[in-house]
Amino acid sequence: MIGAAGYTLFMLVIVAASVVQGSVPIFSFEGIGFLFGTDWNPVEGRESYGALPYIVGTLVSSAIAMAIGVPISLGIAVFISEISPPRIGTPIGFIVEILAAIPSIVYGLWALFVFRFWIVDFIERPLYEAFGGTIPLFARTPFGLDIFTAGIVLAIMIIPIISSISREILKAIPNSQREAAYSLGATRWETVWKVLFPYAKAGLLGAAILGLGRAVGETMLVTMVIGNAIGASAIPDTLFSPSQTLSSLIANEFNEAVTVFHSSALIALGAVLFIVTMGINVGAQLLVSRMVKVTPGAKE
Amino acid sequence: MNNTENSPHNVDHRKVIHEAIVRKNYKRKIVNRVFTGATIACVMIAMIPLGSILFEVVKNGISAISIEFLTQPQGSIIRGDGGVGPAIQGTLLTVGYASLIGVPIGILAGVYLSEYAGNSKFAYTVRFFNNVMTGIPSIVIGIVGYIVLVITIGSFNITAGAVALSIIMIPIVVAVTEETLKLVPNSIREAAHSLGIPKWKVTLFITLRSAKNGVLTGIVLAVSRVAGETAPLIMTILGTSLFFQGFLSPVDALPLRIWRFASQPYEHAHSFGWGAALVLIIMVLSLSILLRFLVLEKSFKSGSLVKM
Repeated sequence: MIGAAGYTLFMLVIVAASVVQGSVPIFSFEGIGFLFGTDWNPVEGRESYGALPYIVGTLVSSAIAMAIGVPISLGIAVFISEISPPRIGTPIGFIVEILAAIPSIVYGLWALFVFRFWIVDFIERPLYEAFGGTIPLFARTPFGLDIFTAGIVLAIMIIPIISSISREILKAIPNSQREAAYSLGATRWETVWKVLFPYAKAGLLGAAILGLGRAVGETMLVTMVIGNAIGASAIPDTLFSPSQTLSSLIANEFNEAVTVFHSSALIALGAVLFIVTMGINVGAQLLVSRMVKVTPGAKE
Repeated sequence: MNNTENSPHNVDHRKVIHEAIVRKNYKRKIVNRVFTGATIACVMIAMIPLGSILFEVVKNGISAISIEFLTQPQGSIIRGDGGVGPAIQGTLLTVGYASLIGVPIGILAGVYLSEYAGNSKFAYTVRFFNNVMTGIPSIVIGIVGYIVLVITIGSFNITAGAVALSIIMIPIVVAVTEETLKLVPNSIREAAHSLGIPKWKVTLFITLRSAKNGVLTGIVLAVSRVAGETAPLIMTILGTSLFFQGFLSPVDALPLRIWRFASQPYEHAHSFGWGAALVLIIMVLSLSILLRFLVLEKSFKSGSLVKM
């Protein structure tokens, strides 16, 4: 049994060891400049690899996802735990969890064939026509396969995880907090905003960061809608530019990589992704577990 | 506001304050209404994609599904011959294989953490990094399968895929097993121990047994999670249009097949993609709904346990 428990630690070690070992060739070839380069040329003899555009693409798409996903998730969590009676809240929680059970490849298929046309027609084109000439952020004819679409679909993907954890955290807040606020005459909004959110700050932040971890690592969905730009052009200059993330580039090129350096470069992207998500998750775990540690004593 | 000119000073003062309070309260009520409306809107917004996904998958997928689609290997995609038989077989085999590896290890580790380790440093470390593992992107885990098992064996193979998927499964099974075992009231363990039953028997036949549904929940959760995984399979089992050829050759899987179909320009490929998505969703969602019933049953049972 100790062996089994040890194995779970061993898995992490072997993940770290594999990505490090696999990325040794590219770092001996490109040096640390691999992280800051923008070229991506897998042609043998003229090989040159740089990870910067995909790091930027990952950050931007995740930022869009967080900006849209976090407020909506908090709204859902508040509705279920504070506003609706359990008779309505429980089924809604169940439905949101079904959203979490849908495989990301199915999201991708839906985003590619259905949702991206909604985004182009209802959001991107109106924005482009209204502000395309004045605000550089919108100055590109929207096509639907771009970083904005990827961000929105990622937001839909992370809503279930953020909202279900936030809901649990809100439920863990002792009722005395609510009663105190209501007895002072606070409205529901004031109770949530001025009492519950500050109380659960750390836990809610942790929930959001766990969602961020998901968004950063999500692969198939992003691969299908982000437009798959390569090299320097993958750094998005507008919201409606095609881009590429670390994970989507790996998925796109892994099976076509024939040279040692090409596959090693892709594995090194995985290593970057591993380090980033490790950092995100360790931080989130610390925050959420601090909140959960409050829970047992706080429950009435 | 225009009551300043005609009333005595103190009355005027009180009136102004009163009006200010009324106005302020009115504003607060409005804000509260807007806020309530906004949370309802959030719920609506989250429902739209779910509704649309299920609708589109069923609408576009149902026409592709036939006996031939479910059992035959892929023929000419331009004419729309054949089906996704190998992919369904491959998904079942790979996920089954992964469960064979992941479920025993996950349950053992969960039992250890809950029943044996207590609050030791080792247990804390395992617990912490186990939770961290659930957040490692699946594509990174695919790289592990590639480096450890594909390169050493020399070919894409089902074992690499199963090991990679088991690495995704284990943390989920561990966490859920531990949580459920902790819900079993201590009085049950104490009663068993007071009868002189050895600890391993108590754990296996009493504690684990009364937490059976919860543990099963963890397994179902993990299985439905990995059944839809695509990214790690790209680098481990590769995908093929043939049925299972042995443990040393590539196998196919539904998510992989959906991805390949979606990137082809043919109409039949897209229709096949929706069909495969429908099959996958039915597999995964039926597991989830099954799980829901297990959870309901569990909460009922543990409720009656506590009452004892």
